[in-house]
Amino acid sequence: MRGKEYRLGSALRGGLLFVRGVPGVALGDRVVVRDHAGHTRNGQVIRTSEEVVLVQVLEGTDGLDLERTWTRFLEQPFEIALSNELMGRIFNGVGQPRDDRPPLVSSIRRNVNGSPMNPAARTRPREFIQTGISTIDGLYSLVRGQKLPIFSGPGLPHNRLAAQIVRQSRIIAERARFAVVFAAMGVSYADAHFFQEDFERDGVLGNVVMYINLADDPPIERLILPRTALTAAEYLAYDLGMHVMVILTDITNYAEALREVAMARGDVPARKGYPGYLYSDLAEIFERAGRIRSRSGSITMVPVLSMPSDDITHPIPDLTGYITEGQIVLSRELHNQGIYPPVDLLPSLSRVMKDGIGAGETREDHPRVANQIYASYARAIEVRNLASIIGTEDLSETDRRYLEFARSIETQFVTQGENEDRSIIDTLTLAWQLLSLLPPGELGRVREADLAKYHRQKQVAEAP
Amino acid sequence: MSTALGRIIEVNGPIVTVFLPQVTIGEQVRVGELALVGEVIGRDGGRAVVQVYESTESLAPGQSAVPLGHPLAAELGPGLLGNIFDGLQRPLTEIREQSGDRIARGLTVASLDRKRLWHFEPAPDLSAGSTVAGGTVIGAVSETETIMHRILVPPDVNGELVNLAPAGDYSVEQVIAQVRSRDGAVHPLRLYHRWPVRKARPYGRRDQAGVPLITGQRVLDTFFPLLKGGRAAVPGAFGAGKTMVQQQIARWSNAGIMIYLGCGERGNELVEILETFPQLTDPYTGRLLMERTLLVANTSNMPVVAREASIYMGVTLAEYYRDQGYDVVMVADSISRWAEALREVAGRLEQMPVEEGHPAYLASRLSAFYERAGRVQTLAGGYGSVSLIGAVSPPGGDFSEPVTSHTKEIVQAFWALSKELADARHYPAIDWTESYSGYVDAAAVWWAKNVDPRWSAHRTEALGLLLQSDELARIVNLVGPEALSPAQRWVLEAAALLKEGLLQQSALDDVDSFCSPERQFALLDLLLDLYHQGRDLLGKGVPVQRLLQLPVLGRARRAKSAYSNGQMDGLKAFAAEMRDAFQPLSLEYAGSREGSA
Repeated sequence: MRGKEYRLGSALRGGLLFVRGVPGVALGDRVVVRDHAGHTRNGQVIRTSEEVVLVQVLEGTDGLDLERTWTRFLEQPFEIALSNELMGRIFNGVGQPRDDRPPLVSSIRRNVNGSPMNPAARTRPREFIQTGISTIDGLYSLVRGQKLPIFSGPGLPHNRLAAQIVRQSRIIAERARFAVVFAAMGVSYADAHFFQEDFERDGVLGNVVMYINLADDPPIERLILPRTALTAAEYLAYDLGMHVMVILTDITNYAEALREVAMARGDVPARKGYPGYLYSDLAEIFERAGRIRSRSGSITMVPVLSMPSDDITHPIPDLTGYITEGQIVLSRELHNQGIYPPVDLLPSLSRVMKDGIGAGETREDHPRVANQIYASYARAIEVRNLASIIGTEDLSETDRRYLEFARSIETQFVTQGENEDRSIIDTLTLAWQLLSLLPPGELGRVREADLAKYHRQKQVAEAP
Repeated sequence: MSTALGRIIEVNGPIVTVFLPQVTIGEQVRVGELALVGEVIGRDGGRAVVQVYESTESLAPGQSAVPLGHPLAAELGPGLLGNIFDGLQRPLTEIREQSGDRIARGLTVASLDRKRLWHFEPAPDLSAGSTVAGGTVIGAVSETETIMHRILVPPDVNGELVNLAPAGDYSVEQVIAQVRSRDGAVHPLRLYHRWPVRKARPYGRRDQAGVPLITGQRVLDTFFPLLKGGRAAVPGAFGAGKTMVQQQIARWSNAGIMIYLGCGERGNELVEILETFPQLTDPYTGRLLMERTLLVANTSNMPVVAREASIYMGVTLAEYYRDQGYDVVMVADSISRWAEALREVAGRLEQMPVEEGHPAYLASRLSAFYERAGRVQTLAGGYGSVSLIGAVSPPGGDFSEPVTSHTKEIVQAFWALSKELADARHYPAIDWTESYSGYVDAAAVWWAKNVDPRWSAHRTEALGLLLQSDELARIVNLVGPEALSPAQRWVLEAAALLKEGLLQQSALDDVDSFCSPERQFALLDLLLDLYHQGRDLLGKGVPVQRLLQLPVLGRARRAKSAYSNGQMDGLKAFAAEMRDAFQPLSLEYAGSREGSA
């Protein structure tokens, strides 16, 4: 069977090729499809029976016919070659070069689907990664091995933020042991180019592996691309001991490709036409982030996801939020006010930060400061909503200070330059400077000792 | 060649169709060259539909299918506690030794350690010739320092004891007793036996007597109590703090045995439990918490069919300890992921979906699962219970979706997590308007007897204040606080005190993470007393502003962290001090009011 080509296609539909009469084809096997002009495409068996084999053609089925299409079953799973020469290279979703350089040759080949990590082999993410961005470092700290997505919307600067995170992350300080795996699914040429230029300008291109599928590339390729990219990331992290940051953009394009194929296969839709297995499928990708107890490397994942119509309850962000360890949510309202990065403080969250901050990691007061900024800002937003109804005249003195606090948080703490790299100490200093706009009595989440040490009582005497 | 050897006809994700006549629904089958295990879920002529527990990649039509003759069963015996199993009861640490950091396919790993020796003490009242039946305790081994593991006659065995091994060290495989049943067959008994997970273990009868499960979480115990043997659900959108609530229950409940089931959730969450629980002390015994805890983990990236099976595995283990006379609590995180696994399989079988792609049998499967909770008189005559607490992850936080709405019909305690409360960092974010408990009356009897007869009245009053304050807050949002009367302002303040000083409870606060029933009531009493004192003063003409400025309010708010469970005297002294703080105001205004009256 191997090496033998069949011309037995019986149907073509939505990126799928149905082949009849080839016995004993295994699920997941790699397929080479050759069209009438002699060009080959990659395929994968996604369903198999004695009568018919269903092949997902990763480059799509455009331009194929049934009469002159030849199919060869390779009797091996979908694997990619791995070596340290990955670095600096650009590939497509199936691991073929996109940079006019020769294909990677290596004796190490891995199945792109990986196999599930044993929970008993994992260790908790816990080392603080300084991104130099106040909102993230101060309030929603990223730690090694975490998966922290950016929930964004069309037209918001998620790519700039992701690039800034990559650029400033202190993993970069450990030159020899860091790598960035960049996986782009269905992004525009401009966006892909933006990242490439940014890496180049920063001189980190040699530590970056890029997997690119552009908006006009076949959507089905997006299904395998993150798996290919993560297989490379796992090799770098666990075989070579590197700290790897994986940027996946854009998860929404991935999920849409999944829906497209699910529809063509006739899968039963669950919500908004997405198949019932969207959660498990996304989990297969996101859960490849983490740390392994016996290995020195790590995979930290920052998926970028644009929420359709800015709706956080849409199935894609919703299911993602259930899998990832928090989320950084971007706000259109802040963006429209010219605030960069427009991080919306209230719906954002980092679930595993408590293990990465505080004494010994960042600074002793950090957890309480994060809590206090959040609580005070939440209160300030309530006051702002009230003020928009009853006006500021009727507000108490304290409430007016809250208004000032909210504005200052947005314009000083959230706002920062695209190349502004703040240390965590600078971020905490700034946090205290802004908290000092509020009377100490309002700050119930910090300790007396914190107040004594950091609160700047520029005294307006408290109301008698 | 075995006559029962069949072959694979079709592979569609986890669903494999095989040609294999005469297999039974539920029977296990090994398929393909890797000998992956699955179970029969349908028959069509000579064909059988098998759902396979592991990834089916590389399976091909024509490969073999071998029936194993038995359904998915749990191994029940000593060595379960302190362990972490996958949904098929394979020990994950053992898997790690065999296949490294990743879970290889086709592994066969015994659930219980075959080599370890356990010191067995036979039951003193039994000897050769005694009559035994299913559930009879024939002896015990000390499984951990705190847990005595009673060795039971399997539920389906009864007859005359032929012999019983003397005290000594035995492995789980060694025969420790023989029973001759009425038909003359002799059954060898070992320290363990198997039980099919999809079948509820038998018991004597249901027992209605109810004792509350103390979780040490005020909003649960005081406001929405759960009984031992009860059923509860914790629904919440992502980020609402579901996992934290579940972990707190697992840490602090006064259950004899705790089973934590990670069903389709994050790997790192289980790691957190695995890494932190072994360092935690059990507040009831002073021993290590892991000595009475076992984990079942089928994380989201592990195969879905094993995820579907995992809840049955978990509850079977729970029933087994119940049958030994323990109060068992199983926390399942999350039932929604189980329902999704069910949906995925149904979808592959092209079954007609009813709501949001879920199959028509979702509701019946769900209620059948929860029905395995309960307090029972065991076959041996003792009492034990299984409490089931299921997390629900409603898509988009919408409680009207099928899994949440069906769950709501089944459970008696509904602990609704609110995104708004979580966003306001009010933890645990359990919403007092949406939550309910059908166990309040039964719990009230216990509280009245063991803590304070005023519990029920206090609880009702506090809930009333909270609901009233929600109403008032709506007015404030429209027209500002000035529109309220002094009495209403004081209600708002009292509710704020209840929220901060009682409902909010930080899992990270060493003093307050666990709150004893006595301290729960003392705090509730303190805050209500404060409200009453203030209300009386308002009646005497004291301006509400004066009350709101009392420094004692801030201290009342923080009393929960200032006095530990062991410092009840301090808390009582503070309550007295607080009353004194109102005295000067009372004296100041006593004359004026009386003069005008």
